[in-house]
Amino acid sequence: MMILSGDPPRSRVLTLLLVVIILALAATPFLFPGAKALNVAAKICVFAALVASYDLLLGYTGSVSFAHTMFYGIGSYAIAIALYGMGPNWAAVATGIVIGLPLAALLALAIGLFSLRVAAIFFAMITLAVASAFQVLASQLSWLTGGEDGRSFQLPELLRPGTVLISKNLFGFEINGRILTFYLVFAISALMILALLRVVNSPFGRVLQAIRENRFRAEALGFRTVFHLTYANCLAALVAASAGILNALWLRYAGPDTSLSFSIMLDILLMVVIGGMGTIYGAIIGATIFILAQNYLQSLMGVASQAASEAGLPLLPGLLHPDRWLLWLGLLFIASVYFFPTGVVGRLRKAGGDKSADASH
Amino acid sequence: MTELAANDPLPKPKRDIAPVLLPIAVALVMIPLIGSPSTWLTLTAASLAMGMMIFIMASGLTLVFGLMDVLNFGHGAFIAVGAYVATLVLAPFAASIQADSLWMNLAVLAPAALLSMAVSGALGLVVERVLILPVYGQHLKQILMTTGGLIVAEQTLYALWGPQIIPMPLPASLRGSFILGDVAIAKYRVLAMLIGLAIFIAIQLVLNRTKLGLLIRAGVENREMVEALGYRIRRLFLGVFMTGSALAGLGGVMWALYREQVHASMSDDLTVLIFIVVIIGGLGSIGGCFIGAILVAMVANYGGFLVPKLALVSNILLMVAILMWRPRGLYAVTSR
Repeated sequence: MMILSGDPPRSRVLTLLLVVIILALAATPFLFPGAKALNVAAKICVFAALVASYDLLLGYTGSVSFAHTMFYGIGSYAIAIALYGMGPNWAAVATGIVIGLPLAALLALAIGLFSLRVAAIFFAMITLAVASAFQVLASQLSWLTGGEDGRSFQLPELLRPGTVLISKNLFGFEINGRILTFYLVFAISALMILALLRVVNSPFGRVLQAIRENRFRAEALGFRTVFHLTYANCLAALVAASAGILNALWLRYAGPDTSLSFSIMLDILLMVVIGGMGTIYGAIIGATIFILAQNYLQSLMGVASQAASEAGLPLLPGLLHPDRWLLWLGLLFIASVYFFPTGVVGRLRKAGGDKSADASH
Repeated sequence: MTELAANDPLPKPKRDIAPVLLPIAVALVMIPLIGSPSTWLTLTAASLAMGMMIFIMASGLTLVFGLMDVLNFGHGAFIAVGAYVATLVLAPFAASIQADSLWMNLAVLAPAALLSMAVSGALGLVVERVLILPVYGQHLKQILMTTGGLIVAEQTLYALWGPQIIPMPLPASLRGSFILGDVAIAKYRVLAMLIGLAIFIAIQLVLNRTKLGLLIRAGVENREMVEALGYRIRRLFLGVFMTGSALAGLGGVMWALYREQVHASMSDDLTVLIFIVVIIGGLGSIGGCFIGAILVAMVANYGGFLVPKLALVSNILLMVAILMWRPRGLYAVTSR
C-alpha cells in the first residue's frame, strides 16, 4: 500500500474497475489495433492526470478554478513553441519544460496570492476572467503561438512513428516511436496521479480538507490558509502544465481548441463531478467514462439523429445532432451534481459499505 | 465617539465619493492623452453608452449575489436568450424596422424588448426553482449547477436557432449620428444611455424610496435579521432574481442591436465582462456596479483607441488595480 500512500480505493468493485482500466490502458497498443484506440487511450491518460490535479483544488480545497486549462495550455504551448522554434531535439523538449513549468507555477502563485487572499468566492470569478484574457492573448499573439491555427511540430527522432525500436518478427508486434511516446505519456501520468495521492494523504492534504470543511476554524487552529491554498494551487498548476506537455507531445500540436478552450474546462469539471470529487481515483474513472463517451457515443447520436429526422419528428433531429452532445452532457452534469454529488467513486464506496466515504462530503 | 444631545439630528451617513470621482478623473486625464477634443467626446459618449448596457446586464447579478449569496454563473444565458427572443419579433417585422420613422421602429422594438424581458424573467423563475433552490447555501454546488445551466441553455439555443450568427440590423431611424460641430455621437448610443440611466434611476428609487427596497437593502446587509422580523425573504429573492434575469434579457437585446448580430457565444464573452464589473463594483452594490460598468467601458474605449494591443488584457489590469486599492471592490456592502 506504500505506492498508494495508504489510501486504497476502499471498494471491491472500484478496485476491480481501476485494475481493468489501468491494464486495458497499458495493453492498448497490443489489444486494440488502430490509431484511434491509441489516441483515445493516450487522451484518457493525460486527462486522468489533469483531472486529478483539478480534484486537488475542487475536491480537496473546495475552491472552483476556471483557469485550469490555462495552465494546461501553458504547458502545451511551451513545449510546442520550443520544438517549433528550436527544431526536433531533446534540448528543445528540455527548454519547453524548463520554461513552461515555472511559468505556470508563477502565474498560479500570482493568481492565488491575489484572489485567495480576499474571499473564496472571488477565486472562481477571477480565474475565469484571467483565463479568458489568456485565451484571447494566445490567439492574438500569432507570431508566437500561431494564432487560431496553433503550432504543429516534429518530435525528436526517438519518438517518431517511423522509428522502429523492436521489429515485428521478434514478438509479433512492432514497437515503434509512437508506442514509446504512448508509454511515456502513460508512465508520467501514472506517476503524477500517485504523487497527487501522496500529497492529499500527507499532513498538508489534511489541512486542505480542513480548510474545505471550515476555513475559519482551520485558521483559528493556526494554519496559514492562504499559504496552503496558494501552495495547492501551484501544485495543481504544475501537474496541469505537465499534462499539457504530455498532450502536446502526443498530438505533436498545440492550439487553442486542443489546449485552451473553455469547453475543455467544462470537460474537466464534468469528469471530476462524474468520477467523484475529493477522491483522486474519481479522476481516472471520470476521464475514462467521459472520453469513451466523447469518442464513441457521438457517432451513436448521429445515428439517432438520422433516424429521428427520417421518422419526421420535430425538434429531435436538432437536439440529437452530434454537435449538440454538450447539451446532454450539461444535463448529465446538473443531474450528477444534484443526485450523485459524490460521483461514481462515492457511490461505489457507499455500496461497499465503507462508512468513511460519506464523511468526505 | 461624541455624545449626541436629544435634539441633535442624527449624524448623516458618511458618503464615500471617491469611487464616483474615479470615472470622472479617468475621463479628464484622457483629454490631453487623446489630444483632439472631438475624438474625446465621441469616445466618452461611446464609453457611457457601452457602460450603461453592461450595467443593465450586470445589475441583476450583483443584487442576487448581495441578497442571497448566490453566485449565478449562468447569468450570461439570460442575455443570450433575451437577444434570441427579440429576433422572433424583429425578423417578421423587418419592413417596419427599415421604415424611416422613429415611431414605427419603436412600435416594433418596444414589444420585442418587452417580450425578451418576459421570457428571460420567466426563465429566471425556472432556473431559480430548478437549479438554485436545491443547492441553496452551498457555493460549490451553486457554481457547478449554474455552469451546467449555462451549457444547457447555450446548447438549446444552438439546437433551436442553429449555430450560425443571426444578423440584427439597427432600425433605420436609429442609424447614423447626431453631428454637433465636429463631434459625432451615434444615435443608438444616445438611446442606450437614456435607457441605462432610466433603469439606474429606477433601481435606485426602488431601493432607496420604497419599503420593498428597504427590505432588499436590509436583506443584503443581514439576511437572518430580516427573516427574524417575519419577512419571507425567499419570495423577495425570487422577485429580485426574476427582475435581474429580465434586465439581463433587455441588456441582451440592446447589446445585440449594438453589435447588430446575435450569437449564443455572446453569453460566454459577456459573462466574463459582467463578472469583472461586479467584482470591481463590490458584490451586492448597485452604485458600485454602475461605476464599475462605466470604468470597464472607458478602459475598453480609451484603451482601444490609445493602445489597441492593450485592450486584450485591459479589463484584467483594471480589476487588479481596483482590487489593490479596495480589496473588496469599490463599495463593500455585504459583510461576506
